[in-house]
Amino acid sequence: MSAENRPLSPHLQVYRPQLTSVLSILHRITGIALAVGTLLLVYWLVALSIGPAAYADAQWFLSSILGRLLIFGWSLTLFYHLCNGIRHLFWDAGYGFELENAYRSGWAVVIASLTLTVLAWVIGYALMGA
Amino acid sequence: MSLRTPLARVRHLGSAKDGTGHWWMQRVTAIALVPLTIWFVAALVFHLGAGYEATAAWIGHPITGCLMILLIVATFYHAVLGLQVVIEDYVHGEGKKIAAILLVKFAGILLGLAGVVAVLKTILGQ
Repeated sequence: MSAENRPLSPHLQVYRPQLTSVLSILHRITGIALAVGTLLLVYWLVALSIGPAAYADAQWFLSSILGRLLIFGWSLTLFYHLCNGIRHLFWDAGYGFELENAYRSGWAVVIASLTLTVLAWVIGYALMGA
Repeated sequence: MSLRTPLARVRHLGSAKDGTGHWWMQRVTAIALVPLTIWFVAALVFHLGAGYEATAAWIGHPITGCLMILLIVATFYHAVLGLQVVIEDYVHGEGKKIAAILLVKFAGILLGLAGVVAVLKTILGQ
């Protein structure tokens, strides 16, 4: 096989999906999504720095249905990448590699990221209503 | 045959020519982003629905502004390193790979700079 056509890792198609592999690829996907999501953050900051009219436009877009959906997706993605990132840092330090612990921390990441997302939105809406 | 010792060839250098620098900075920025992200999301939740004046006063406060700039720099540093690894894994062909990595680096620097300038302008406008 020529050097050009050699298959490169990671090989996503040849394994049966399992919690650990799904969370692993989700870490990458959410990382890419968050990188795209920084456009929203920079847009918001630039609008704020330009002045009240530009900020009103940004607020109009961000509080629209599309804007809220984007921010909801951003928050879930961010909490997932944050929680799983902490899991990765523990691995980097040499802890939690046992299969049982990898599954345990995997489910903890799933539950924590969903809980934090719901919590952030419940508190956010409660404060906005108040 | 090289006259250099294996240690000298290995030290600080691998095939990527920057040793563990990339891997290490990915972790350093990750650790910095843990508290910065938690702070930002929590503070953002408490400022939802605030108008222009209140939001500008919040972001324009020197302490908030400094934390925002740190958040922006760490975020884009971390994002560029992460995207670079993804590109290296999935984009085949040296030309396309280098072009994609350069694009990501330039875009990251441009967006990060825009964010930092915006925060500085908001601070100075207060």
